[in-house]
Formats: sequence, C-alpha cells, structure tokens
Amino acid sequence: MMSSKRAIEITVNEKRYEGLVEPRISLADFLRDQLGLTGTHLGCEQGICGSCTVLFNGETVRSCLLLAVQANGAAILTVEGLAAKAQIGDRLHPIQQGFLETLGFQCGFCTPGFLMTLYEFLNENPSPSEDEIRERLSGNLCRCTGYQNIVAAALWAAERLRAKSDR
Amino acid sequence: MYVSDVRLPNMLHAALLRSIHAHARIRSVDTKEALRLDGVVGVWADRETEGRISPFPESFEIHPARWLEGVKPVLQGPRPTALARGKVHYVGEPVAIVVAEDRAKAEDGVDAIVADYEELPVVIDPEESLQARATLVHEGSNNNVVFSFSIEKGQVNEALGAVPYTLKERFRHHRYCAAPLEGRGVVAWVEPKTNILTVWSSTQMPHLVRRQIAAQLGLPEETVRVIAPDIGGGFGPKVFVYPEEILVPFLALQLGRPVKWIEDRTEHFISTAHGRDQLHDVECGFDQEGRILAFRDRFLLDNGAYNPMGLTDAYNTAAHLQGPYKIPNFSVTGTCVSTNKVPNAPYRGAGRPEAVFVMERCIDTIAARLKLDPAEVRRRNFVQPEEMPYHAGILYRDGEPICYDSGNYPETLTRALEAAGYDELRKRQRELRQRGRYLGIGIGCYVEGTGVGSFEGARVRIDSSGQLIIATGATGHGQGHETVFAQIAADLWGLSLDKISLVEGDTASIPFGCGTFGSRGTVNVGSAIYGASVRLKEKVLRLAAHILEANLDDLELGEGKVFVRGFPQRDLSLSDLARAAVPGWASKLPEDLEPGLEATYYFVPPTVTWANAAHVAVLEVDVQTGGIKLLDYVVAHDAGKLINPLFVDGQIHGGVAQGIGAALYEEIAYDTNGQILSGSFVNYLLPGSMEVPPIKTVHLESPSPLNPLGVKGMGEGGAIAPPAAIANALADALQPLAPQVNEIPLTPDRVLQLLARREVNVEAGAI
Amino acid sequence: MPLLNLRLTKPKILVDLNGVSSLDSIRETSGGLSIGAMTRQSRVERSSLVRERCPILAEAIRYIGHVAIRHRGTIGGSLVHADPAAELPAVALALDANFEVARDGRDRVIPAAEFFIDYLTSALAPDEILREIVFPMVRPSSGYALEEVTRRHGDFAIAGVVAIVDLDEAAKIADVRVALFGVASTAVRARKLERALMGQEPNEHVFRDAAALLDDVLDPPGDIHASTAYRKHAAAVLTARALHRAVQVCHDRRL
Repeated sequence: MMSSKRAIEITVNEKRYEGLVEPRISLADFLRDQLGLTGTHLGCEQGICGSCTVLFNGETVRSCLLLAVQANGAAILTVEGLAAKAQIGDRLHPIQQGFLETLGFQCGFCTPGFLMTLYEFLNENPSPSEDEIRERLSGNLCRCTGYQNIVAAALWAAERLRAKSDR
Repeated sequence: MYVSDVRLPNMLHAALLRSIHAHARIRSVDTKEALRLDGVVGVWADRETEGRISPFPESFEIHPARWLEGVKPVLQGPRPTALARGKVHYVGEPVAIVVAEDRAKAEDGVDAIVADYEELPVVIDPEESLQARATLVHEGSNNNVVFSFSIEKGQVNEALGAVPYTLKERFRHHRYCAAPLEGRGVVAWVEPKTNILTVWSSTQMPHLVRRQIAAQLGLPEETVRVIAPDIGGGFGPKVFVYPEEILVPFLALQLGRPVKWIEDRTEHFISTAHGRDQLHDVECGFDQEGRILAFRDRFLLDNGAYNPMGLTDAYNTAAHLQGPYKIPNFSVTGTCVSTNKVPNAPYRGAGRPEAVFVMERCIDTIAARLKLDPAEVRRRNFVQPEEMPYHAGILYRDGEPICYDSGNYPETLTRALEAAGYDELRKRQRELRQRGRYLGIGIGCYVEGTGVGSFEGARVRIDSSGQLIIATGATGHGQGHETVFAQIAADLWGLSLDKISLVEGDTASIPFGCGTFGSRGTVNVGSAIYGASVRLKEKVLRLAAHILEANLDDLELGEGKVFVRGFPQRDLSLSDLARAAVPGWASKLPEDLEPGLEATYYFVPPTVTWANAAHVAVLEVDVQTGGIKLLDYVVAHDAGKLINPLFVDGQIHGGVAQGIGAALYEEIAYDTNGQILSGSFVNYLLPGSMEVPPIKTVHLESPSPLNPLGVKGMGEGGAIAPPAAIANALADALQPLAPQVNEIPLTPDRVLQLLARREVNVEAGAI
Repeated sequence: MPLLNLRLTKPKILVDLNGVSSLDSIRETSGGLSIGAMTRQSRVERSSLVRERCPILAEAIRYIGHVAIRHRGTIGGSLVHADPAAELPAVALALDANFEVARDGRDRVIPAAEFFIDYLTSALAPDEILREIVFPMVRPSSGYALEEVTRRHGDFAIAGVVAIVDLDEAAKIADVRVALFGVASTAVRARKLERALMGQEPNEHVFRDAAALLDDVLDPPGDIHASTAYRKHAAAVLTARALHRAVQVCHDRRL
C-alpha cells in the first residue's frame, strides 16, 4: 500500500527547494536524505536529546518531531546555514568560533543542536548568566563534554556578539 | 562525516527483526508477506545465512599465556550466531534482516514478518540463575556460569579470623550503559573497481571488525577494508563486533549494491551492549587505626545473554580492588553468569568503577565505625611515595604482575581536598546541620592501569610537500587525536602543527591495528609515533648526509629542514628530501636506502602504567523529598606527562558527567519477563546541563617509566570514581542517621528508603 | 509524533490542525482568559496578558520540557493528551477551567472536573475537537505556587502540586485550590483537603495536618522512577510546601 507523495516547497538556509515526500517522512529525514544536509543529527527521534534541533520560522524545534509536509512554505535554518549569518570577514559564526575556542565539543554529534539552541538564545538574551545558559541548554544532551566547555563557549560567543553589535 | 551520513549510489537500507521475548524457542519465521511488499528486496533469517556466516567467537578478549597460567580462569562461554538460531536469548536479539529501497520500507518489511515463538522460562536474577534448578540460558552450560576466576594473595581466611574488627557488606553496582549520542551503524559495498568489500562502521576497532568479517564470511582479509568514520561517541560498547557488522557486508556481497543499516535509539537499548551489573559480597578486616588487614570479595557479574569481552570487566574489577592501598591479605572470586538480558560488555572504566565503589565505601564505613575522618583512614592505608614502585601481589590481565610504577597518592588526595576547600566545607557542614540542612562531602580515590596492550602502530611518512602524515589503527571519537598526536609529532620533528596530518580508523592506511579503548591511546599511539619517528629521522638524516656530502653527526633537524650545524645555508627541506627519495632517474638516494620517506613502528607496552586520582563530591540532600543536589565536584588527577591539558580536562568532565549519571540518574531496568523498562531516553535519564555541576580539575604529573614519552592514560578516569564519591557524600550528609549506602543510583525514592531503614551493622569485637 | 516514530501508532490518515489559525488565540473574555487550543505553549508563557491575569498558567508552562518543545507543543495538545504527570491538567483543575469543545454542529462546554477521565484519556469523543479553554483569572490578591519533584530539570514530574490561596482580612484562608499531578491516573483536585483548610490560619502545622487528608485522591503508580509509597510521601511534602509558598506570594502581591 503506497502512500502518495506530496510536493512541498521549503526554504532552507535562504535557498528555496522543491521536494516530493511521503507524508510520514520527518523533517529531519528530509533535510538529511533528500537535501543532503547531514549536519542535523538523529539521536533519539523522540525529541529528547536535541541533536536534531533546527530553526523553523525563527524558532527552535525538534526536526525529528515534525513531518516534512508540515514544513511546506516554512523557512528553516540548519547548522549549515550558521556561518552565512556571521559578519563579513568572519569565516564562522561567533557561536561556532566559541566552540573551537573553548573545546566545546568532542565527538561533535550533539553540537549542531547546541549551536542552533544557542543561536536562538543569544538573540533573545545577549548577556546571559551561567545559570541562565545552563537552564536554556538543559534540553540538549551531550555525552562527551559534561557541558562545562559548552557553557564557556556560550559565554565567549555572547561576549563576542555583544562586541560586534556595539561597533 | 558519521556513518549515517554516508550516501552511495543505488543504496539499499536494512532493518532488523528483533526478538520480543527474553527466552523462547523459535518455531518459525514466516517472511512471505514481507517479501511481497513493494520495495522490499530480500529477507534473511538464520536458515538463509547458516553455513554462509560462521558464528562469533566465545569472546574477543585476548588471553596472554601468562595470565591463563597464573589465574587459570574458567572460560566456557557460548558462541553467538549472527541471526538467532533455534532460540532467542534476550529481547532485542536479531532474528531476521530485511533489505528494501528505503528505511521506512525496510521497517514495513520487518513489521510484516510473522515469527512464532514458544516462550521459555526467563532468567533475570543473577543469583537465581546460579541455583541448581535454574533454567539454562544456554544449553549445556554449567549452571549458567560462563566465566569465572579466583585469585588470592596472603592468607585471607586466617587473617579474617584474627582481626579486631570486620565489616560484612553487600554492594550492588547496577546495570547501566554508555548511551553514546550516535548509535551504531554500518554501510557496506563492494567497491566496483577494486572489488574490495568496503565497510563503514561506527566502531572503535576497525581492524578487529575487518578480521571478523573476513573470518566469518570466509574472505581473505586483504579483500576487506573497514573504515571508522567520525564516531559520535564510543565509550566501550563499540569495542567488539556485532551481528550487523557481519550481516550488512554479507548482504552487500549478496545483492551487489551498497547496503546501509543505522540503529535507532530504542533499538540501541535492546541491542547495544550494557555495562556494569555486579553484585559484591565483601568481608573486610581492619584494626583500631582503620588499617585494612584482610579483604575478601566474592562477586557476581550479570553477563546478560553474552559477554563478548569475556573476563575483561570482571578481572579488571579484581585487579583494581586494592586501589592505592596496602592490603596484606586479599582474595577475589568473580563469577560471570548468563541471564536473559542484553549482552554486557565494557563501558568506560570497564570494571574499575565497580571495584572503586566497593573499596571506597568500605573505607568510609570503616571511618564511620571508628569515628575517624575518611580522609585520614585513606592516608593510613595508602601506599606511601617512598614505597613506590609498589608490587600489588596479583597479576594484571596482561599476565604481568601488577606494579604501581609512579605516583604520590597522599599528595593527590591533599591537592583534591585543598581544591575543594575541605576544612571550610566541614565547618559549613556543621553549621548547616544545626539548621536542619544536610551537606555531604565524599571522597573517591583510585589507581588505574592504563595504556594496556597488546600494541598500537604508527606509520609516519613525509610527502612531497613536506607534510608529515601519521596513520594509526586507533580511532577518534572526540578525544582530540588530531591535535594530541600531532603535538607529539610536532615536538619530535620541530614542526608546526599545520605541517602534520593524522589518518586513523582505516584498515587501508596501516596493516595492523588494535583500536581506541581502555585509556590507551596516548600511551600506545604516542609511543608508536615516537618509535616510528626515531626510525624515519635516521633515514632522513642519512639521506641528507648523502646529498649534502656531510657527516651524519654534523646534521641537525628542525623547522621542517635538515641543515649542517654552523652552516644553515647548507640545508634541505623535508619536501626536498621527499622528492629526492624517489626511485628511478630522478632519485638522489644512496644505494643502501629504499625509496620513500616512511617508517612504521608497533609499540608493545611492557605492561600497564598506573595513573591515579582523587575525586571529591559535595552535595546537599533534601531529607523530605530525597532529592540530591550536587554543589561541587573536584578531580585531582595524575596521568603522567600531559600533552594537552585542555583535552585532558574535556575527558575528565565527560567522564565525571557519566559517573554522575550512574550515581544519580541512569538505570537499565528489566521486569520479570525480561522486558526492558528503560528502553528510551524517557526512562533512561542522561544528566543534562542542570545536573552536572562545574568541575574543578587539578593536575599532577608523575611520569611513566614505561614509555619514551612518560605519559599515562586517562580517558576513562573521570567515570571511575563518581559513584563512590557521591555515595560517600550521601552517607556523610546523613551521618547522624547512619544509613548504609551500598547501592546506586541514589534516586529520591532510594534515599528516603535508606532513611527509613537506618540499619546498624553489628561488628565483631567491640571497642 | 514520538509515537509515530516508534511505530506505536500507524494511522491511515493524519489531520494537521496547524493550518486552522482561529484555534491560535489569547483573549480576555467575561469568563476569564480564553486560549485557543492550538496556541503554542511558548506563546502562552510569554504573553503579558497571561502573566498578568493568570500567572500560575505562565509559571506552570515553564516546567514543561524545554523551549524547543514549547515552541511546537500546544495548550490544547497537552490538555487533551491528559498525561497525569503533566502540569497543565492540574492547573486547569485548580482554576476550574472550562473546555469548549466543537463537534459537527453541536458544541459543548466541559468543566475541568469532568474533562480528565483516565490515564491519557480525556472526555473528548472521537469526533470532537477542543476549540478553546477558558481559564478563570487569578485574583490579584491571590497567591499561587507550583511545586514538583522531578528526576532532572524539565522531566515529567514524579509528583507535583498546584496551590492557589486567598486570605481574608484576618489573614485566614478564604479560598484555596489544591490540584496534584503524578499521583493518580489523572490530575486530581484535593477537595477534602481544601474544605479542611477553609478559615484556618495558614501555618506549617495546619498544612501538615491537612496533607494527611490527601489519601483518598492519591492512587499513584509505581515505576522505574519512583514507587507508589514515594509518590504518596512526596505528595504530602509538596502540598505543604506549595501552600506555604502560595501564602508567601499572597503576602507579596498584597504589598
């Protein structure tokens, strides 16, 4: 019994795509398999680990808990699109640079989810305290770092972003 | 690039039918419906693979002859088949594999298979599994015992009869698991031009996987290539070979198309190895000063249905029980039993956390009984710095007598307590108690055998651009090998880091490899890089001497070139030398040197080198709800010479976080039918950013005499002591109420039960 | 969605309500704060209208999972899902919210007390959709608190209590609502306890004595996270704590 495919139009990292998807395919699978954007990772497919976090119309969501057809007409930002959001002259977005500076990642599997969560968070709260950072990041699981260096990366990035916006 | 990111043209997807029963005979596996589904390409059960895929070995453990002779272990484990044959032994055991055009269709195929089972009695409790009348998990087994051993030093029975005080305790170190964020996955295809069966697997051991694929599919090893791409966390369960790692390559061969299998999280919990799960019965004799005089431990390890690593965990436990202490009379008996659960294999720490939990809780229990400070009791038992190197009186699992080579255990503890502000904490504890609040401080000390063999290799070469390329059989899962190994090479060659590249995890890049596990990377790979560099440098200098017509002794190597001392303009860059070391007409080689600037060295460590550490956990417990809040965590760590403290700290943080998970949150639970109750992240609770406090690290360095770099391993360390330190901290917090904290995880419920129980243990020989 | 991913449910047809914009709304009505069923939890959390008129609702939402979950999760979704360990059903019970339910041609209103039937079971018939929930406003003079025990931050509660308290001029309890979650097959109102507290002085003894009256609403499950006995114990402890804090908030709001 074949379920018929649906046509969808979706903007990902400011590029328009057209796709044909079975209704049961998740947004995460669509991004990874059909668009080849494998930066978004699947760690649980239950919305708990946060590795699949992307921005959907400007808000963080678990792409494993959205059907691709639900993203028809939406604008998605994935980790592949972060560097383009950096300022001219920077190779990486300050959040990404922060992770390099503080060794905020080890195996890297959870990292895209953290980056997207921080991207939204630092936009809302440019001067967060360590406690506020830990609270916001509590929805993303990491098995390698113990979170300490991720928090340090967030603080580094926050400072860098504030400096850039002051200029 | 992780294995799930590998995309090949015409790729098929596989999904597995797994047993839904913990113990059952397979009556039939009806695949007709599945085969009829649109997009399903094939379905295989054991009847289709028997005779074409040989069974797995009893275990992947290497048994050095000296260890076998010295310990005389019982090794009688079963040999698992790739797909269940005749019987299923645990919920999750692979029964059939479906291949289809995409993952969803493959899973549809799995749903369409009708498997008929005759349920058998389920064995869940390891103590019950030993009973004479217990159901046998594996036919022909001796009361479900698969592995066991017994070691003794001194005269334990006599000593226990003569000591002033004894404690008798039972400790349970429960079942939990590594849960890397990336599960397992395999992609295989036969590369069309070379006909090489090329396999990507999220594994810590590509050479082992290659060996098994070749052995079990009857292929020459040379026709198989295994690549470990970026791995999203290993931690131990990716250290042996799984059915899927043989099945998926088999199917790629059968079908002539690439085949991909990626496990999902719920599959992971019922198919990727669990860890720990030990039950210890301890009798410990001590004197008035708190010195341990005799120690006897009999423990059970719940293997699950298989233990692919044999006695690794169990013997590690025995080898690490004495810790940094002098114990004149000591005996351990370890017994691994089968139950109808997921296989049990080493997980970060691999038997050491269980040992440390037992010993460190005993130390604190002794301290409580004698009303001594727990730090003081440790000091009285430590091997003193002037007693180093110290012979612990038993063999390590490499067959060598254990010798603690270097380290200052009292100093490590002092530094940890200093960093934690111990005296201040004790003061604060007293003040808070008067206000009805319960603060606890707990210590966990340990020694760790690191850098275990049997070997690791490094192939170092210089390419025509002057780049130094290192290939090794180790695999990286985030430990920073690219940086750390490059640093070692940079130091040896006087090169900047950008002139050095690392290739790891690919069997095509180096013929022999072991893998990354057991806190062995820096020791073994580092030393192999050293050995290979010594050889290559010699060749480089001899070639340079020949071309520059200089004496070997007058040459110096640094900053990417060789030059004559005192005459820097007479130089040759590494790039020049690489281009000179070619065969044929362009060659500038002397007669006695072969083309190519390359050397390989396999480092075989003489035995393990001993790191040590002291952890301090500080917590507050809410005695009304049983809730525990970790306030502070300190690690003083000695892993010999440190190459990169930033990466070392990262490893410690991660290990401690996993240890906190074990102590407070994580638990693999089964019901009496062998169904897993914690089969997803909903019930299996990984600690998050609010659960792991900031961790303070203090580094000490007592270099290792066992390798040219003076390094020791430390990858597992962070995970070894937290259960002990946190359990000790809870017991310390509740001192006035004196509960006996012998089990983890310390859930709110368990904490309240401890408070309600308040057992007082009676000791022989009152003061 | 997790159920779909786990293949625990295999519907032939899935209807996506995300396109029905009229179900996404927050407005003040005579009955209270009327919130459309498809309004995102994060929107309700941030709404200044909610924070002003029904602060316990905004506070409770902050305990739900994590931000990314709340961006997609809806008020109606959580309520209809009727997980006994969730915060929102208990808040709805405590506030005596009214559920406006739409059916082809025949709409009806279900009071909160009748909405939660059993474990994961609401009073909705298979052909009904929840349209709006009307939350009576919290009086400016009232104090409120939510207390829960979780294994980790953001987890489902092992046990939890929502308390709303109003004091009279003599600083005695004039109105009190106590709803619990995680302690039975649905969220529950502790009416016997509420009646016993009326007119009483709000102190520790009174709260502790009253907590003993929780027995007839407590029927907690035992699972991997906590036993039945633990949940009963925690319910009593949390009730006393929630009442204590609600009274404190009450005093603070009056200042």
